[in-house]
Amino acid sequence: MPDTPAPPAVGLRETVEKIRVLKHVPPTGFLRTHVFSLDHKVIGKQYLDLALVAVLTGMVLSWLMRFHLAYPDVAIPGLGRLAPTRAAGGVMTPELYLSLMTMHGTIMVFFVLTTAPFAGFGNFVLPIQVGAEDMAFPRFNMMSFWVTLVAFLVLLAAFFVPDGPPLSGWTAYAPLSAIGKDAGPGQGGGQTLWALSIAIFCVGQLLGALNFIATTLDLRARGMTFMRMPYSTWAWFITAVIGLIAFSVLLPACILLILDRVAGTSFFIPAGLVVSDRLQPHSGGSPLLWQHLFWFFGHPEVYIAILPGFGIISHILPVFARKPLLGPKVAVACMAAIAFLSYTVWGHHMFLSGMNPLSATLFSVPTLIITIPATIMVLLWIGTVYGGRLRLTTACLFCLGFISVFVSGGISGFFLAQPSIDTYLHGTYFVVGHFHFVMGVAAMFGIFAGTYFWFPKMYGRMMNETLGKIHFTLTLIGVYATFMPMHYLGLAGNVRRYSAFTDDYMKGSLPLHRFITAAALFTGAVQLIFLVNLVWSRLRGAKAPDNPWQATSLEWSVPSPPPFDNFGGKHPVVAHGPDEYGRTGPEGDFVMQAAPTAGGTA
Amino acid sequence: MDTLKLSPPSSPARTGVWVGIATITLSFAAYTSAMVVRQGSGADWQHVALPRILYFNTLLLLASSATLEAGRRRLEVDWALEALEGRAGAFSGPGVAWLSATMALGLLFIAGQVIAWRGLAARGLFLATNPASDFFYVFTALHGLHLLGGVTALGYVLARLRAASAGPPRAALGAASLYWHFMDVLWLYLLLVLATRL
Repeated sequence: MPDTPAPPAVGLRETVEKIRVLKHVPPTGFLRTHVFSLDHKVIGKQYLDLALVAVLTGMVLSWLMRFHLAYPDVAIPGLGRLAPTRAAGGVMTPELYLSLMTMHGTIMVFFVLTTAPFAGFGNFVLPIQVGAEDMAFPRFNMMSFWVTLVAFLVLLAAFFVPDGPPLSGWTAYAPLSAIGKDAGPGQGGGQTLWALSIAIFCVGQLLGALNFIATTLDLRARGMTFMRMPYSTWAWFITAVIGLIAFSVLLPACILLILDRVAGTSFFIPAGLVVSDRLQPHSGGSPLLWQHLFWFFGHPEVYIAILPGFGIISHILPVFARKPLLGPKVAVACMAAIAFLSYTVWGHHMFLSGMNPLSATLFSVPTLIITIPATIMVLLWIGTVYGGRLRLTTACLFCLGFISVFVSGGISGFFLAQPSIDTYLHGTYFVVGHFHFVMGVAAMFGIFAGTYFWFPKMYGRMMNETLGKIHFTLTLIGVYATFMPMHYLGLAGNVRRYSAFTDDYMKGSLPLHRFITAAALFTGAVQLIFLVNLVWSRLRGAKAPDNPWQATSLEWSVPSPPPFDNFGGKHPVVAHGPDEYGRTGPEGDFVMQAAPTAGGTA
Repeated sequence: MDTLKLSPPSSPARTGVWVGIATITLSFAAYTSAMVVRQGSGADWQHVALPRILYFNTLLLLASSATLEAGRRRLEVDWALEALEGRAGAFSGPGVAWLSATMALGLLFIAGQVIAWRGLAARGLFLATNPASDFFYVFTALHGLHLLGGVTALGYVLARLRAASAGPPRAALGAASLYWHFMDVLWLYLLLVLATRL
């Protein structure tokens, strides 16, 4: 054997240097530890706390809307004082209703369904699952959260400008959103703040996506091959790629919208537009351009909200079924296929925009095709549960609930994917029921499953299972009672975005609207059980062991909560896939990912 | 056979810049498609003659890429010598001068772009004057903003070089260079779009 040449001095120096730089020392000051933290775990929790505040805000807004829909003439106590011009005597004007709708949609889609499942859980869990000490760019990661918080505050500021929040919906269709004050109350400062908030939000999420991608590609532990990554990590990685593309397009759209509003340009405003008896000083713009740019982001956004749920469910179900996920490679391929196809279907939101029937067909076909990987995922989950020794924990129940609401919401998607049927249904409650099930409730169930599952790792304490099961059962009943009847309303021709149905042919729908309102208030009240459980468990919950669920992925091989550098100065070496359940291992019927192999090679 | 496989070599900085390049490319693709749609949507598109100084600015930017490469090569040699001979002082050599020249050329480019704006303004063409001038200002301003990010990145590399305590900032310099060259390519693309479509 030839002599091995001595390594050059530069290599040694570099190694020593690298070790010094990589030494991950926890901060000591209060600000760096708890507020402006660079630690992905703290940032993940901050994102989840932000999402909690946002979801409560959004839910209160929906209660106000639902109450008004059910009892259009009854005053809401206190509302008159909060919005004297828009709710004189406590009865809201149609404009205020639209403002609440806009803010509800915007807050829920951006600050709950994007932040919690992706930025929240992803931040906390992904680096540990791949075996890294932190994200690739901790400073960008911290900026990502604080920029998102600023975006949230800018959006909330719209409540406090003289005209109140915008009324153009979470989709902010131009020219309504682009021409300013003349378009109605809330279309002045409120709409500008909306556009600004979303632009800032895009920057925050791009910084987050950058981190997710670089961390997954470059910071995986030794032995953590792509096919050994847990499905949740796969889902966050794929979601980051979707988000990178989607927010890269929404940001320019918002910048152009802001320019139309404040700089007098005409990107989205056509010529000769008369609004509020005033000829608008714009010409030549294209309102459809906004719709295209928005939905090129907007449809993938649906998958930004739901794919982390796919990952969380795929990760959690095998743990509680004590069985590997059926078709692991198929699952990853399906998620990737969904990500790709999500960029080919945006036009199905625009069937009513007067598009050429041929274009409508071109968007309809991939919309139907995307249901194939989604259906395969559902079958894989059912197949995983089938024949397993199911442990019905709260997290597991929410996974099963996820499958149920995703199927219920997904089936109505088949109808809406067809331009001819969508022409009738698009403007009705059918669509409201559809997207609340498939995107809203399903994603929320993913968030709940993730919370009950990872809470012990996050806070070192167990959540109360009894309260959890009550929470699950009542929530499942509540969401079905709320959103299922909306499909019937839609089929009956009940249009959406109206603030009241008292004086016309839709009067007959009022009893059902009252039922939905009761169900929505009930579902909201049930969430108090969850809140109590969160607070109580954080303070008084039973102490959590390192691996309470007997799971295999790396986050369960470290203490609960994990130390600052996640692995206590050690570098994990991965020798197994994420799904080694139902076999004999040293600790039971499973083998941890970081467990040494039989030959002791790892 | 051992099931253990090595993960790919870590280079988060480089990956990060590539991801950033993807983001910026996509957003400029969005602006470009907006421009194509806007051009076809109204009858108000008016041709805007590009200010001549843009071509001079282009030369400045191309020169900055050349000085950056010269500086990077020089620093690599200095670092290698330093490591082999234990010689210090690489951080004040010509490499640093080349990097400083790159930053100066970048700032000159931006100053040149501002002169171009003033030229357009003197012709009565402002942001909202007509759709073609809209896009001229949007493209150039956003590119300039991104280039300032590159200047900041080079400033960071220079600061790391002066501090010298953390060893050669090889990864940072590599990532900053990649980004800087991309800014060149992006500008050439934008110039082509502006020259052919405005």
